[in-house]
Amino acid sequence: MFRYILRRLFYMLITLFIIATVTFFLMKMLPGSPLSAEDKLSEEQKAIVLEKYGLNDPVPIQYLRYLGGLVKGDLGVSFAFDNTPVTKILMDRMGPSLQLGFQALLIGSFLGIILGLIAAVFRNGAIDYTSTIFAVLGSSIPNFVFAGLLQYVFAVQLNWFPVALWGGFEYSILPTIALMIFPMATAARFIRTEMVEVLNSNFILTARAKGISETGVVFRHGLRNGLIPLITVLGPMAVSMITGSMVIEQIFAIPGIGEQFVTSVTLNDYPTIMGTTLLFAFLFVVIILIIDLLYGLIDPRIRVSGGNN
Amino acid sequence: MSKLLEVKDLKVSFNTYNGEVQAVRGVSFDLNKGETLAIVGESGSGKSVTSTTLMGLLPKPHGFVKSGQILFEGEDLVKKSAKEMQEIRGNDIAMVFQDPMSSLNPTMKVGNQIMEGLIKHQNMNRADAKKKATELLELVGIPQPDVRMNQFPHQFSGGMRQRVVIAIALACNPKLLIADEPTTALDVTIQAQILELMKKVQEETNSALIFITHDLGVVANVADRVAVMYAGKVVEVGTVDDIFYNPKHPYTWGLLGSMPTLDSTDEELYAIPGSPPDLLNPPKGDAFAPRNKFALEIDTVMEPPMFKVSDTHYAATWLLHEDAPKIEPPESVKRRMQGFSKMEGEQ
Ligand SMILES: Nc1ncnc2c1ncn2[C@@H]1O[C@H](COP(=O)(O)OP(=O)(O)OP(=O)(O)O)[C@@H](O)[C@H]1O
Ligand SMILES: [Mg+2]
Repeated sequence: MFRYILRRLFYMLITLFIIATVTFFLMKMLPGSPLSAEDKLSEEQKAIVLEKYGLNDPVPIQYLRYLGGLVKGDLGVSFAFDNTPVTKILMDRMGPSLQLGFQALLIGSFLGIILGLIAAVFRNGAIDYTSTIFAVLGSSIPNFVFAGLLQYVFAVQLNWFPVALWGGFEYSILPTIALMIFPMATAARFIRTEMVEVLNSNFILTARAKGISETGVVFRHGLRNGLIPLITVLGPMAVSMITGSMVIEQIFAIPGIGEQFVTSVTLNDYPTIMGTTLLFAFLFVVIILIIDLLYGLIDPRIRVSGGNN
Repeated sequence: MSKLLEVKDLKVSFNTYNGEVQAVRGVSFDLNKGETLAIVGESGSGKSVTSTTLMGLLPKPHGFVKSGQILFEGEDLVKKSAKEMQEIRGNDIAMVFQDPMSSLNPTMKVGNQIMEGLIKHQNMNRADAKKKATELLELVGIPQPDVRMNQFPHQFSGGMRQRVVIAIALACNPKLLIADEPTTALDVTIQAQILELMKKVQEETNSALIFITHDLGVVANVADRVAVMYAGKVVEVGTVDDIFYNPKHPYTWGLLGSMPTLDSTDEELYAIPGSPPDLLNPPKGDAFAPRNKFALEIDTVMEPPMFKVSDTHYAATWLLHEDAPKIEPPESVKRRMQGFSKMEGEQ
């Protein structure tokens, strides 16, 4: 097990290295420069600034310098935000994004599982059709539409929650709902399909033949087997948290990493773009690793390294 | 001997998009305590539907009992509520299914799967249930039962899994055990072992057994009596001797004739031509008539009733009517019947 994790960590590093390299060169191909928004500077001043940040050096040199910093955990300083180190910017903005992401992912998949389970148990009934319609809408309508709708109804009209910005827990409610629609709809659809299949399988018949109650059959025998495959869509759901956060944080003016990323891209703030991309990539590979480990933990058939047998 | 089970004119249908599938069209049979009844018949003849109906496990709501009675110790199971059936299932009546590879919950330890029924029906605590479950694994011939209790189904071979399924079924000492083709999915050597095991446990526990199979060879080995099913009906029923040495229904002749024997040198296996009728629109008259080269004119008009051959032996064919022409079974089937008695003699 330990060796397995070590090997996975090694692959993770390679993945991150490749992503860092690709992003670096892609970014160099972006039109414009970090200074194109600064018209107050004279050509000479611009030249001085470019020189200072090493932007006049050949691209391979810049690349090596960047990698050198990366190894030391240094992501460089931001061009746009008063020379603040990128690591500090990311740290400061991590909180709201993580909170939103986790809230949306947890609550969304939990509600989705319940919805899917009910739909499967009462399949082809009214509940089932309603939840299917909801699930299809939820996974096809983009989340900024929901965000705008939620803001209008619950903040502007009803005045129940703040329209935007970031303060206490109540500020996180609307953005969480907007962000959780996708994982919720995905989980609901997925669990419904899985459970219908599981409830039709032979071992469920065996369970019923023992005379145990229908709740026992559904929860003790059905649910666990229906839940295991859900792990496979956890990855896409987590990714949707990352991409979703860029939109949602922008709409709700939340000082998180997603909003930061969008701003940095418009400003050509190379070090911050690089740093954020690497952070997202890092989160993603960690999530995938966790999912794989979870899989082995929940499904006895995949526990390869148990040692016995 | 007293009757444990009496099935009376049972009719079971399924509502499908194409209409009503009449899977079981008036089945009657009975079973004494400790007796073994084999139900044989082609694929689709309604054997499994009959057994799932006995268990009260028809897929709801589209599968339903149209009419008839299932008297178990005198009480009609058809009239029981879902809750009452839960008390009977796994306790008084238990079932062994066809495919051991998919009959066990892949994510639950084998021990827990056996203990569940004990805890539910016998009010055992976990410790007692665990002890009893280990004994059951021992009984069905699984080595190292303590270790095996804590393993998952994927750690067992097909034959071993079927032993586990049998252990689950036996857990609460059922009065009636239904085995729906318990050996079909297993390879031949394992089949023989599982059959031996079923015979052994049945003798030890003295439960009655309904043994469903395609395979007439197995029947002679395990059963006391045989019911032959065709297109949702019992067409012939009798003791093993009745069915093997004195079969009356042409369909039974077909089954016997198409069964390979050890010394079958004869090329002409008496195969049944054609395929079973469509149960969406069951034919008028005798459902077997279109495939029956001995069919009489009346077969296309009127269904034959059950004619009595002896106290134990009944068959539904017009050939038994007093006005019918005397027809002998085909030569190949006759030779086979003699072959059986020879085999019997050698044993
Ligand atoms: N859930 C169902 N819905 C609709 N029709 C069904 C259903 N289950 C069984 N049937 C029909 O009932 C008939 C009898 O099926 P059954 O499974 O009892 O046959 P069987 O004798 O057990 O065959 P086999 O030897 O293949 O197991 C078949 O025509 C089948 O199509
Ligand atoms: Mg069957």
